[in-house]
Amino acid sequence: MDMITIPAVNMTPIMPEIFLSVLAMALLLINVFVPSGQKSYIGYISFIGVIAAAVLVGTGWGMHVESFNGAVVQDNFASFFKMIFLLAAGLAILISDQYMVREECNHGELYPLILFTVVGMMLMAAGTDLMTIFLGLEVMSVSLYVLAGFNRENRKSNEAGLKYFLLGAFSTGFLLYGMALTYGATGSTRIADIATFAAQQSLPSSNVMLLAGMLLMITGFAFKVAAAPFHMWTPDVYEGAPTPMTAFMSAGPKAAGFAAALRILLVSFSTMQADWSQLFWVLAVLTMTVGNITALRQDNIKRMLAYSSIAHAGYCLVGFTAGNPTGTAGIMFYMLSYTFMNIGAFAIIVLVGKKGEPNGNVMDFAGFGFKHPALAVAMSIFLFSLAGMPPTAGFIGKFYLFSGAIQKGYIWLAVIGVLNSAASVYYYLRVMVYMYMKEPTEEFDWLQVSAPIALSLLISVTGTLVLGVVPSIVLQYAQEAIKLI
Amino acid sequence: MFDNVWLIPLFPLLGFLINGLLGKKIKNETVIGGIGAFAVLCSFAVSCMTILKLLSLPGEERLANVKVFTWMTCGNFNADIAFLIDPLSCVMIMIVTGVGFLIHIYSIGYMHGEEGFYRFFAYLNLFMFSMLLLVLGNNLLLMFVGWEGVGLCSYLLIGYYFHKKSAGDAGKKAFVMNRVGDFGFLLGAFTLYWFMGHNFNVWTIQFTELGKNAHLLPTGGVVTVITLCFFLGATGKSAQIPLYTWLPDAMEGPTPVSALIHAATMVTAGVYMIGRMNFLFIRSPETLMVIAVIGACTALFAATIGTAQNDIKRVLAYSTVSQLGYMFLAMGSGAFAAGIFHLMTHAFFKACLFLGSGAVIHSMHHALHHVHSHDDAQDMRNMGGLKSKMPLTFLTFLLATIAIAGIPGFSGFFSKDEILWQAFANPHHGQLNYLLWGMGAVAAGLTAFYMFRLVFMTFFGECRITPKAKDHLHESPMVIVIPLIVLAGLSVVGGYIGIPKLLGDLFGGIPNYFEHYLEPVFRLSEEYMAEHAAHGVAHHSVALEWGLMGTSVVIALIGIGIAFALYVVNTSIPAKFTATFPALHRAVYNKWYIDELYDYVFVNPCKALGRFLWKGFDVVVVDGVVNGVAKVVMSFGGIIRYMQSGFVYDYSWSMAFGVVVILGYYLFK
Repeated sequence: MDMITIPAVNMTPIMPEIFLSVLAMALLLINVFVPSGQKSYIGYISFIGVIAAAVLVGTGWGMHVESFNGAVVQDNFASFFKMIFLLAAGLAILISDQYMVREECNHGELYPLILFTVVGMMLMAAGTDLMTIFLGLEVMSVSLYVLAGFNRENRKSNEAGLKYFLLGAFSTGFLLYGMALTYGATGSTRIADIATFAAQQSLPSSNVMLLAGMLLMITGFAFKVAAAPFHMWTPDVYEGAPTPMTAFMSAGPKAAGFAAALRILLVSFSTMQADWSQLFWVLAVLTMTVGNITALRQDNIKRMLAYSSIAHAGYCLVGFTAGNPTGTAGIMFYMLSYTFMNIGAFAIIVLVGKKGEPNGNVMDFAGFGFKHPALAVAMSIFLFSLAGMPPTAGFIGKFYLFSGAIQKGYIWLAVIGVLNSAASVYYYLRVMVYMYMKEPTEEFDWLQVSAPIALSLLISVTGTLVLGVVPSIVLQYAQEAIKLI
Repeated sequence: MFDNVWLIPLFPLLGFLINGLLGKKIKNETVIGGIGAFAVLCSFAVSCMTILKLLSLPGEERLANVKVFTWMTCGNFNADIAFLIDPLSCVMIMIVTGVGFLIHIYSIGYMHGEEGFYRFFAYLNLFMFSMLLLVLGNNLLLMFVGWEGVGLCSYLLIGYYFHKKSAGDAGKKAFVMNRVGDFGFLLGAFTLYWFMGHNFNVWTIQFTELGKNAHLLPTGGVVTVITLCFFLGATGKSAQIPLYTWLPDAMEGPTPVSALIHAATMVTAGVYMIGRMNFLFIRSPETLMVIAVIGACTALFAATIGTAQNDIKRVLAYSTVSQLGYMFLAMGSGAFAAGIFHLMTHAFFKACLFLGSGAVIHSMHHALHHVHSHDDAQDMRNMGGLKSKMPLTFLTFLLATIAIAGIPGFSGFFSKDEILWQAFANPHHGQLNYLLWGMGAVAAGLTAFYMFRLVFMTFFGECRITPKAKDHLHESPMVIVIPLIVLAGLSVVGGYIGIPKLLGDLFGGIPNYFEHYLEPVFRLSEEYMAEHAAHGVAHHSVALEWGLMGTSVVIALIGIGIAFALYVVNTSIPAKFTATFPALHRAVYNKWYIDELYDYVFVNPCKALGRFLWKGFDVVVVDGVVNGVAKVVMSFGGIIRYMQSGFVYDYSWSMAFGVVVILGYYLFK
């Protein structure tokens, strides 16, 4: 009888995940005893937990530890993305409280769910086995389905949750099928083993099973990052979900999707780069163009930012197409920048909205600049950054994504990207035109800035500007991290 | 070693942020002015420490690149936020922060009660920040950031009284003319970067690296093109022919601005830039000649205009243009140290003169305001006899005037004489040297004339305003007078650190400390010059040098004498002269109609072209295309929106379709 050997388990690589899971479960239990008016405290504790997790992640910087028989790894690549997830979660928690109280759905479960999402995302970034990555993806997705439909009194929110769930399940099918085919072809689910197998093939792309596996996995991830033509859920879900959760969804899970896809494709399928680059070229062009062109026609600001978010995924796919250090480090930098600027913009939308968000249109920003100059300046900074203008993070991010493509000779892709970026200026600046050049129709007297939102705005503005002026302080970490996966 | 040098530009930036963001709420002038001045004082202190540290090092080690962080990297291109510490940048930061601090103090008194007091100090600090970035930046890009920054602040401060149309126009004029120059700067920088990289694989914009690799560059040819582009930038910023006309108009700004930006610091940026890139300019004899000729012409030309102006600040403005011409004459003669020396002494005496004129205007304005007179407070024809009313202002003004006139013993004499001698004796321009020297010497005479004309018209004779108003004339408060005294003191003694060798030998071999101090910066260029000089290093006799020095002093004295005769002894002569040669006077008074010429040749055709492009091209062609594209794009958006039906089965079909197409393409291709 064979002995079952239990591999030596090193817990250090998943310490942040363990910490957050335990915290989230504890909070779920504690939540029962917290009176309904005091749920904010759950949020505060979660925020502190997020900071603590960030410290845990930070202390592991520079180490390379594999564990669980090669199922997870602690490396700089994972740590960098974990920081993005924690930042997105932290900012989302900060802007949730005021919104949830206003919408009368401040149930304490919100915050543990956010933490569970983060745990899932972290596993996606740290997983070095297809199974781990899938596990992380499901933990993340299931939590997100609930978060999207969290405002259960609101029909739109319900619709968002259901749609996200149905389509998510559909796409997961593709992803899982892709993983299964890959396993069938290579006999392993470990990323490194798949890479070894692919390297031994003289022409890996002639192995139909392997090729189909890779393609199906790409479509699965394309759904998670909302790349066209797998993007159609995005506008409906983003519009219906509670605004802070929209902000969170647009930054965190998208980054997680990129993290997992980057690791799988750059490590396992590096020998098939010619094949997937070609596919990403098409996806990037489609995604950028569909996102931007549709955003031009949107009046609802959340819907507009949903399409804009599709377009931004398209810019990242440009970096993916390039697949070189400049482009891939560009994706990491861009996702971080995007977290700052997009959640910042959503924070302003949270502030401007009334209960039930009857005023979610671009026109409702008329004269905002005169009534609340400081908030309007912050919004302008976010919009400028989203549009990719210097000296903001968005400009530098796009600069690196596109220069990655140019280095690889994808000149036309960069040209299409820049043209798209130029078109996007229209709908971002349209908001500013309303803020500064239209007479106010509202007094905005309901608007109150709570301390957590003020803090989130401060962080977002600082991040957007600092990354725009001194990109190297972050970029060098991204470049370091991408080298070592 | 120089790790804290980044503090120097940081303090004014903080001052700008505090005053700019909170100034409106602070309201208290003492606090606002205090913050502004204190920020500069801190920079000055750090600058002092920096230069002391620098001096403690042996000569050849006086060079440091202090990197704060990497700004951007892209392929071969790398730009750092990094500062260059060497004797040249140190002398510049001392001038900028030292004179800047005095002018900040002065401004607290001068701007008292002005609307937008905080705005003024915020801009002033922003200017200090940009200027320090310009002189400290260790690469072309950072220098350009400062270069643009000072241009912006200059624009903002010239148009400080923006409700006055003339001020707004002057600001725009300065901005546009500077843009012409900036364009040259950029072209030069791009060409240099590309040329060095493409031909010698030296992809750098850092000054030290460029200097190290300058030996790869050819003489003339491309280098001439590059340096001429840079020089075009310098003519814009430093108000030389042909881009000088903005500077006199810039006097619309408050007087401290004229003193700081348009006399002591910003306008010398072009001179500094040439000094910083001396290794480049020295490799193009053609450019050097152009610089020398333009410098000499500007010196002479602006001086002639200065003789006929009646606005006290305009006289000083033309004087500044003229003195900048001297600096360029020095640079063009390869006498970089002499040019920088004159830059420094000029900063002292011209700042003193401007601030003094400001005190006079302030007092005049006050007096005229009291009697509700609408006479021009800046017109010298309304002044006179202020000597007894404002004794301290008069005394300081007189000292600075003597300095600028080039009377031996005062700072201006040492620097100007050095320039004239170098213009005569340099090995670059052959026979042209005599002409250059002649123009410089005549300009020196004219300088002495118009400056003393100014002093006599302002401070001597009878007061020409109403007796009632006269009683309200009074000396300025100490906060204004003290900077004047300090600057006047510097105008007198500032020259003794750079005594020409000839005089130094006379007094027992006192060395030219200043030249010696700057030697590490310019040594390679001097060696290069000694080898490659077009006309060989000529050896002139000591007697000749004495003779030339004596001549220029005599010319200056003659200028003063004429001024004395015309404006003190027999004041009717100028009027008679004007009557006898009306055309000449009108031409000089109207600045040789250069503005009108520019309007006719450049501005109006540009406007006409602009109108054509607007009405003909833009509205019809561009707008047509743009609107057409927008319509097409928008209708696409409509189609996609139609597909976005909201039904889950539609969405899943779209996904399935995507999967099928992708798999189909790859598996059956």
